[in-house]
Amino acid sequence: MVTMMSRLKRIGLPRLIVHASVLFIVLLWLMPTVGIFVSALRDKDQLAVSGWWTALATAEQTEAVRLGAPESQTQEGTTFVISGNVFEDGAAKTIIAFGTRVQEPGAFPVGEVADIGDGETLLVNADGSYRYTSPTAFEGSRGKRIYLTATTPPQFTFDNYRTVLNAEGIGRSFINSLTVTIPATIIPILIAAFAAYALSWMAFPGRTLIIALVVGLIVVPLQMSLIPLLRMYNEIGNFFGVPSKTYAGIWLAHTAFGMPLAIYLLRNYIVGLPKEIIESARVDGASDFEIFVKIVLPLSFPALASFAIFQFLWVWNDLLVAMVFLGTSKDQLVLTGSLNALLGSRGGNWEILTASAFITIIVPLLVFFSLQRYLVRGLLAGSVKGG
Amino acid sequence: MAYQIFLAVAVMALGVLACAGYFWLSNKALDLVFPVGDDDVAIASRNLARRAVIRPWLFLGPAVILLAVYLIYPVVATFILSFYDRTGNQYVGLSNYTWAFSDREFRESIFNNILWLAVVPAACTFLGLVIAVLTDRIWWGNIAKSLVFMPMAISFVGASVIWKFIYDYRGEGETQIGILNAIIQFFGGDPQVWIAMPFWNNFFLMVILIWIQTGFAMVILSAALRGIPEETIEAAVIDGASGWQIFWKIMVPQIWGTIAVVWTTITILVLKVFDIVLTMTNGQWNSMVLANLMFNWMFRGGGDAGRSAAIAVIIMIAVMPIMIWNVRRARREVGGH
Repeated sequence: MVTMMSRLKRIGLPRLIVHASVLFIVLLWLMPTVGIFVSALRDKDQLAVSGWWTALATAEQTEAVRLGAPESQTQEGTTFVISGNVFEDGAAKTIIAFGTRVQEPGAFPVGEVADIGDGETLLVNADGSYRYTSPTAFEGSRGKRIYLTATTPPQFTFDNYRTVLNAEGIGRSFINSLTVTIPATIIPILIAAFAAYALSWMAFPGRTLIIALVVGLIVVPLQMSLIPLLRMYNEIGNFFGVPSKTYAGIWLAHTAFGMPLAIYLLRNYIVGLPKEIIESARVDGASDFEIFVKIVLPLSFPALASFAIFQFLWVWNDLLVAMVFLGTSKDQLVLTGSLNALLGSRGGNWEILTASAFITIIVPLLVFFSLQRYLVRGLLAGSVKGG
Repeated sequence: MAYQIFLAVAVMALGVLACAGYFWLSNKALDLVFPVGDDDVAIASRNLARRAVIRPWLFLGPAVILLAVYLIYPVVATFILSFYDRTGNQYVGLSNYTWAFSDREFRESIFNNILWLAVVPAACTFLGLVIAVLTDRIWWGNIAKSLVFMPMAISFVGASVIWKFIYDYRGEGETQIGILNAIIQFFGGDPQVWIAMPFWNNFFLMVILIWIQTGFAMVILSAALRGIPEETIEAAVIDGASGWQIFWKIMVPQIWGTIAVVWTTITILVLKVFDIVLTMTNGQWNSMVLANLMFNWMFRGGGDAGRSAAIAVIIMIAVMPIMIWNVRRARREVGGH
């Protein structure tokens, strides 16, 4: 206690408050995501009736079961007996009490023979096995209804994932998302890097104008582009008799929409490369194409990586562009689109929604945690774009 | 499944190769058309000069074409379309704009957008600044930052599912599985259908964007805070300034520029907010915003290009001041080189 106090004194109360408040903020920020991670792994029946924060606790619930039908009775001397197990499939539940009336589901403790009136006795054990006796023969066609108070241990399962990956089409959407994202990340890097080099190290009229234009275009709302492009795509589709919603179409759209930021970020980096390297290569007779491919491209790796992460996250997470430029059929619906559709059709099925959401966000999260360094660098270099 | 993956990979490879091929071949072609042999110096130097004139445009070509087709042309076309009727054939003057300002839903959207603009950038910047300052003072600050930054990688749709689960509502007396209502019920309050409460639901949607964007503000502001010269703070400490005074009078004024960048960046994002509203409420219960209204009119009743375009133009006008500010700022930087 004394050492604890002296240590507290050394840390100082304000410092402790800083630690505590940061911890609070971090937990607050993590809580929403943890909620769906946990829920996606829970048994769907448990998920529907208890909060995810109770996932590790043993759930206590009341349920009604029927004992065996009178036709299964046996006679032992003068008493008639029905015995068996109330859990047909050997569920992993533990009964703590039972009763014969719905108002009193915990009237009798388990493991003891209870007198339930009319000379009848009932013994229910914790594992669900029971023995029901009566001095007279049981009659009727259905078994007696009794009520149980049972505890269920936490149940975790991958069933939710199996369901969404196959039955709900999330697996297919995952591949569609990859098909959209990978080219829509690589193509703009190539195109923008060439443009950024030209804007940095080549002299030509109109250079400053193009740079200003690029900066201006970074913030142009996507909404301004949608209507004319939708019309253009439809017209081209009609004219050539091809579908207007294609993967090539969305690649070009994403490439173009990411282009201003890409050129801006890469130019900022490439223009800062040492002048001597490029000039000496020129003196040695290297063409601009060679300089670009052999010198500038390898040196610009950090900037290329930053932009690649940006573009990857932006394309993978995009919903609007995909809604406009891709169809809603199974072979074109991307993850965000599927998730949006599920929110409409499976609004209350949280086991479906949480598992689908997890699959949707896991790839960007992995990219984020493994390449965070580059992402931060890119943000710092290009914080003029609004998404 | 294997066939789908194969097809996807093949198509991807084709797209990327076509792009790389263009640059390689066009440069090769330029060198062939204007050869620089050593037989005639005059021709060689003339060809060299011609190459120098043309090559920048080979490098810039695809980028400029893409920008022109996907951004510049559509901006002009949308502006023109906003003066035409639903089909885009009949000139109607300003009537799309007069319609907009008399439309209840449009005014509701403008009101909500202003609400978003007033709350989200301020909240993100403030929280980001506070977290940046706090995390810079502890040894596990980088881990904390990383975790607060994480939602940045999550899509708006994914975030909406995450938060819809938090806001989930079950009837009174039932076990709440949404944590917000569970907390309310724990303290004896009545559970609410949070996203269906007119006016207040806006704030529940804003929380999602704040949750995503605070990390962005924090990262940028934290870098700016580290750039503050130590001497200025030491001098203030020697002069006997309190921690609070140092923060507000020494640190914040030195990072005003960065705060402005963060603020404007988030402002633009807010003006374009679409996914969150679409997935959470789709504009029901008075939560409509401009971007969603614009999208709805694109398809509503067969689509009304004129009205939709007019709404897009209004979003564009709202973005304009920031755009001009950015261009000016960038020009100053370019001029410095």
